[in-house]
Parts: sequence; structure tokens; C-alpha cells
Amino acid sequence: MSGLTGTWLLVWFTVRRDRFRIAVWVVSVTALVVVTAASIKGLYPTQADLDQAAVVSAKNAAAIAFNGPVQGLDTVGGEVAFQSGTFGLILVALMSLLTIGRYTRVEEESGRTELLRATVLGRDAQAATALVIVTGMNVLIGVTVTVSLIGQGLPIVGSLSFGTSFLAIGLVFSGLALLTAQISENSRVASGLAGAVLAGAFATRAIGDIGDGRLSWLSPIGWSQKARPYAGERWWPLVIPLLGTMVLIVVARALTARRDVGAGLVQPRPGPAVAAPSFAGPLGLAVRLQRGTVVAWTVGLLVLGFVYGAIANDIQDFVGDNQTLKELIAASGGASLTDAYFGTAMLTMALVGSGFAVQSVQRLLSEETTSHAEYLLATPVSRHRWMASHIAVAFGGSVVVMTAAGLGAAVPYAAEVHDLSQVPRLVAAALAYLPAIWVLAGVAAALYGLAPRAFSAAWAVLAVCFLIGFLGVALKLPRWIVELSPFQHTPQLPAAHLAFVPLLTLLAVAVAATTTAFGALRRRDVN
Amino acid sequence: MDIAVSALGLVKSFGRTRALDGLDLSVAFGEVHGFLGPNGAGKTTTIRVLLGLIRADSGEATLMGGDPWNDAVALHRRLAYVPGEVTLWPRVSGGEVIDLIGRLRGDLDRRRRDELLERFELDPTKKARTYSKGNRQKVALVAALASTAELLILDEPTSGLDPLMESVFQDCVREVKAQGRTVLLSSHILAEVEALCDRVTIIRSGRAAQSGSLTELRHFSRTSVSAETDRPAAGLDALPGVGDVDLDGSRVTFTVDQEHLGAAMRLLADHGLRAMTSQPPTLEELFLREYGDVVAGERARSARELADAAESRRDGQ
Repeated sequence: MSGLTGTWLLVWFTVRRDRFRIAVWVVSVTALVVVTAASIKGLYPTQADLDQAAVVSAKNAAAIAFNGPVQGLDTVGGEVAFQSGTFGLILVALMSLLTIGRYTRVEEESGRTELLRATVLGRDAQAATALVIVTGMNVLIGVTVTVSLIGQGLPIVGSLSFGTSFLAIGLVFSGLALLTAQISENSRVASGLAGAVLAGAFATRAIGDIGDGRLSWLSPIGWSQKARPYAGERWWPLVIPLLGTMVLIVVARALTARRDVGAGLVQPRPGPAVAAPSFAGPLGLAVRLQRGTVVAWTVGLLVLGFVYGAIANDIQDFVGDNQTLKELIAASGGASLTDAYFGTAMLTMALVGSGFAVQSVQRLLSEETTSHAEYLLATPVSRHRWMASHIAVAFGGSVVVMTAAGLGAAVPYAAEVHDLSQVPRLVAAALAYLPAIWVLAGVAAALYGLAPRAFSAAWAVLAVCFLIGFLGVALKLPRWIVELSPFQHTPQLPAAHLAFVPLLTLLAVAVAATTTAFGALRRRDVN
Repeated sequence: MDIAVSALGLVKSFGRTRALDGLDLSVAFGEVHGFLGPNGAGKTTTIRVLLGLIRADSGEATLMGGDPWNDAVALHRRLAYVPGEVTLWPRVSGGEVIDLIGRLRGDLDRRRRDELLERFELDPTKKARTYSKGNRQKVALVAALASTAELLILDEPTSGLDPLMESVFQDCVREVKAQGRTVLLSSHILAEVEALCDRVTIIRSGRAAQSGSLTELRHFSRTSVSAETDRPAAGLDALPGVGDVDLDGSRVTFTVDQEHLGAAMRLLADHGLRAMTSQPPTLEELFLREYGDVVAGERARSARELADAAESRRDGQ
């Protein structure tokens, strides 16, 4: 029996089980790119429009930090790669690392691996299955992106390069997730480690792209963008991700051979024989269970904030005497460029931070499906108290996470401009997004209460908010759609003025959604 | 108020499957009540209704005088529960789980907890994910038995325990009973139920098939008799209530209803009874009679599956 026996059977079984999930990923990434392309053609109908846009973007450090290097922006293809590139690459990386985690460490943690490995299934079959499926998804995305962009009338070589750049980053993060899955026996930690590398990759290339671009060579996102789709394509940079993936897979395989099924390379230590006094009520338990999640997100946003804060002071220099850009900014309310930049940065970090809120609320669902909730609810803990304890962690944890984001951005900037008053100002700007984040947490909780099986819709809501936040303008979405996102109702401090009415309205919506959740859980069966 | 658990005509459907189909159950305070049935008969669903986790579609359930759904919190102060499938928080130690559950109920007796840990030979410092199934079950058992709850609801609590631990468990249940507390013990280990339970309810397809004390249940069942007589005991099969007659010269075996036992004995005596053994039905026989067809069907199916699996393995190579 070889190490791969049974792989194809398992691939078939898994694809069958997850065909809907797989299709959603592929279609969403393709749709993102296609819709961007269509709207850019509408947004810049003439070459003169494109030229002007190129000039503005070339001097806009904030846009470069979020979107990527300035290359070929005076073509439709170049604008598509600029507007949807980084976002799309991150999406593909997330898809790859989450899916690999789902088919390897999550399976192992649940004990299903043990069941499968006891049958005629090779030692490497599960990892191979995960790789086959995720590579298949990435190839599919590469092909659909390429074909649909060619269909939109974009150059063939550029489209092929752009599609391949998606495949490249997908491969890297598949290999990486396979590696992190060997390190920890905890699937959340394993995916979190890979996610941290992704955040690092984003930050590295943001700094690199604003500078001379050399630092971007250290980032997997950078590698894909160095292929220069629609801007004088070159293929050799894509050799780096290909080789990197192979190395990661070889290392992961070597690590697998050194550990037992179910165990990580890092062995769990024995715990206390007697519980600490703080480990008492349902809140004590919820805090204990979610501690790791809160810490991971806090550190992640602290680092992200730090990156944004560290480059903030260069924004002003960047613009220099670019008249067009100055006019554009003056038209948008006259705030300083740096403040406008921070406004966008806070929005981005609030959207990322909402990921924590949704994940935290999702804990209710996983506690129920693993029957932990059943055991707990058979004690004198009411459903309300149990739910409230996890919601409290979600809401309170959001405060911690956003404070970290604000501090991360404020401290390096305040140090550089020698102005301590920037700290409270920027932390407040980050915290202003709390009501919007709580709305998302409330929606997630309501979904859990009303239709727990449809909980993944909460992630879809977050994805739509991301889309509206990043591409709302580029996509020329109708106003009423843009206004569906709670993040659009938050004043973009520090550029905008603080307005209490929208914040209080958001707070009311969050409370209403959460109340719905409590009412729904009171009435339904718990599994 | 001497009824700890009462269920009348409970019905619960999940989609198209009818998990409970008019189930009746009654447990008196102070008794150890066996709740027997094969997998999928509805034992766990019944317990989940009694715990207020799910709501029955119709029927009435009363737990210690309260409503399981509406009075859940108050009732749970007075009961302790061991789930059939004990899943614990992977990164929390066994000792912490026991303390957490005890603190939630508010009646953790530390001396009793430590004594039980010793008796069940459980290491409380291990994280739950490193426990075997049996050890996870011990964690839940210690957490329940260390309580002073009036009612213990145990859902197949010993399915992962070795025989030594099974006997420790039986001792513990006897102690609980001696204290006048009530136990609802769902199980399909017949020897355990026979050893511990005052009364038994056997359920099948979501409905109580039989209920009563073991003596009562036996009364409804047949005694098997084998005897030797001077002359062949002809005419036995003509008697009412007698069946399975196997007459071989002077030896005869048959089964008989309890109310017709006397008549059968008289006939044997008339034919010169020399020796006789009679066996009251064991719980196992009661059970098999109730589920005989199901059990036989399952055996046939699993044999078929084994054969199929063996065949497909051969094909795969």
C-alpha cells in the first residue's frame, strides 16, 4: 500500500460533499474580477480618462498601499489588475488556506481522520486530497478569470498572466496551510498561522510598493504582481511561488512523518487538576474558549495598524505638486491627505476586525454542533446566559481588537510627527466603527438563532461589506446597495466630522438583531 | 409528589422520521429505573425532551413536578446528567470540567470529587482531547456523582468503561440509591440493568413496549422447562399456553405462560415426573423477544456489509 492509496476515492467523496462550497468560492472570485472589468470600462470610457486616472493613482500612496504597484494604469487591463488585484489575490489565498485546513486539520481534530485512516487509506492520502481539490479550485479560478477577461475584450497574454497570478498565490498558500496544519493540533491556530503570514505578505508589499518595490519581492502577493499582467508581462517571477510551493509541501510531508495522527508538533501540556476560581460561570468558560481567538486577532490588527501608521507620514510627500490630486481631495471635503488616508485605513481594519466578531459569534454554533452546549445547558445555565456569555466576548473582544488597531496606527505616526494628541484622535477613529462591527455580530447572532444551518450567510454579509467598502465606487453600485453596509454609515474619522445620529442608529440595529437572536434561541430545539 | 419523571404520549418528529411516537414513561422518586432499547429507539431523544433541550411536538412531560421546557434552569439545579456521547472542550483539563459543572450546579463536594477520581482511576490533569472515550465518560460520571442532585439522568454511561470500572459504577449507583436519590439509567447492557434497576421501561420505535418491575415483566413472559418423565408426556402441546414442545421419549422441553404453569406441572406429574429444571426468562430473553426480529435483521445486514466490504477491497487491489 502506497502512501497515496485511496486518494482519488476521497477526492471524489469530498468534492461531492462540498460541491456547493467549492462552486461559491470559484464563482465569487471570478465575479469580482469580471464585474470590476465591466465597471472600469464604464468608468473610464476614453483613453484621456484612463490617462488622468493613471496620473492620480501614481501619486496616491494610500491607493498604492491598498491596491498594489503602479503598472500599466493607462490601460483598462492595468486598471482591472490595480483595482481588483490585491483584493482578489487575498481572497484566493484565504480560500486556499481555509480549504486546506478544512480537509486536513479540521478532519483530524474531529476524529474523522482516525476513522478514515483505519480503512484502506494511505498516510498521505488526506493531504494529497486537500492539495488536489484546492489546486483544482485554483486552476479553475485561473481559467475562468482568464477566459472571462478575454471575453471582455482585454488582451489575451495579459489576461493569461492575470489568471495565472491567481493560481500562483493559491498554490503558495495551499502549501503553507499544509505546513501549518502539521504544527498545531488546533485547527484554529493552524489556519491562524497561515493567515498571519498572509497579513504579513500584504503589509510587506504595501511598504514595498510605496517604496522602490524591492521589499515586495519578499511577499507572495508581490510575486503575483511582479508578473506585471497587462503591463509588459514577464513569466519568470511566477517560478518563485511554484518552487516555494514545492518546498512547503516537501517540508510539510517530512513533518507529517514525525508526528502521530491527531497530534501536532507542539505537544499539549497537562492542565490543572483543579479549576482556577475564575473558571466558574458560563462567561468564564466563554472567555477561556475564545481567549486564543481574541489574542490572535488583537495581535494581527495591531501589526496591520502599525504598518498603516508607519507609512502615513509619507503620504503628504507623495502628492508633491500633483495638481489633479489636490483638486480631487479638495472636492471630497477638504480634509488633509493624511486624514483621508487614515479614514480608509480605519475602514479596512474595521472590516477585517468584523471577521473576529463573526468568528466569535460562530463559537455558539460550533459549541452546539459539538454537543458541548447540550452538556452545559443540562446544568442550571439558561440559554440566555449561555448565549449572552459568548456574545459578550464577541462585543467586548471587538473593543479590544479595534483599540489595538487604533493604537497600532497611532503610535508610530504620533512618534514620527511628534504629536501625542494623534493617539486619542486615531484610537477614537478606530472605535467609531464599533457600532458597525456590532451590527455584523448581531446579524451573525440572529442567523445563529433563527437559522443555524445558514450561518455561513454571516460571512457572505461581511464579504459584501468588503466589496462595497473597496469597490463600491469602482463598481458604480447603486446608492441603496452601498448604504446597506453599516460601515458606510460610520463617519470616516479623522477625515470626517463625528456624527452621533448614525452611530446611535447602528447601535440600535445591533441591539435589535441581538435581541432577535435571544428570542429565537429561546424557542428552538438545541442540538 | 412521588413521581420524579413522567411522560405521557410524547411525540417528536425530525423531518420525516418520527423519533418518539407516543412514548410513556414513569419514574418514581427513590428508584433506579432502567430505560432499555436498541440504538435509535428514542432513548436519547426522550432524555433531551426531559432536559428541555428540545420540545416535544405533543404529549406531556413532567420532571420533579415542573415543566422541563419552561422550568429548565430550576429543574437542572436538582439533577445531574451524563450524556451518551461525552464530548468535552478539547483544551480544558478533566479536573476543570468537573469543577466547572459542579460550580454551575452549585453543589460541588470536593472530598467526594477527589474520592471518585481515585475510585475511577482518572487523571484530572489531562486535557480532554487526550482522553479516551472511557475516560471522557469517567469525567462526566465523576461530575454527576460528586453532586448532591436528587435525580441522576445517565444516558448509556458505561458504554466505554472496562469491566472493573463498570463494577465501580454499579457500586456508586447503589450508594446513590441508598441515599434515596433517583436514577434514570438508559442502557442496553442488560446485565447492568438487571443488577441495578428496580423497574424497567423497554422502548421500541419511539414507544414504550413494556414497563414494570423485572418480576412483573417476567410474569408476562414464558418460563422454559425441561423435564424427564416415566412415560412420554403426550398431550402437552394440547394444553393452553404451552409452546415449543420438543418430545423425545422420556425427555421433554417446552415453554409455558406463567398462568398455565400449574396445569403443565400437573400433566408432568401424571406422567411420572422424575427430574425437572425450569428457568424464568432473563432480561435478555425479554429483550430479544421484544426485538428479536430487529436484532436478527441487523445481524443479517452487518454480515452482508462485511462481505461487501471484503469484496470491494479485493476489487480495489
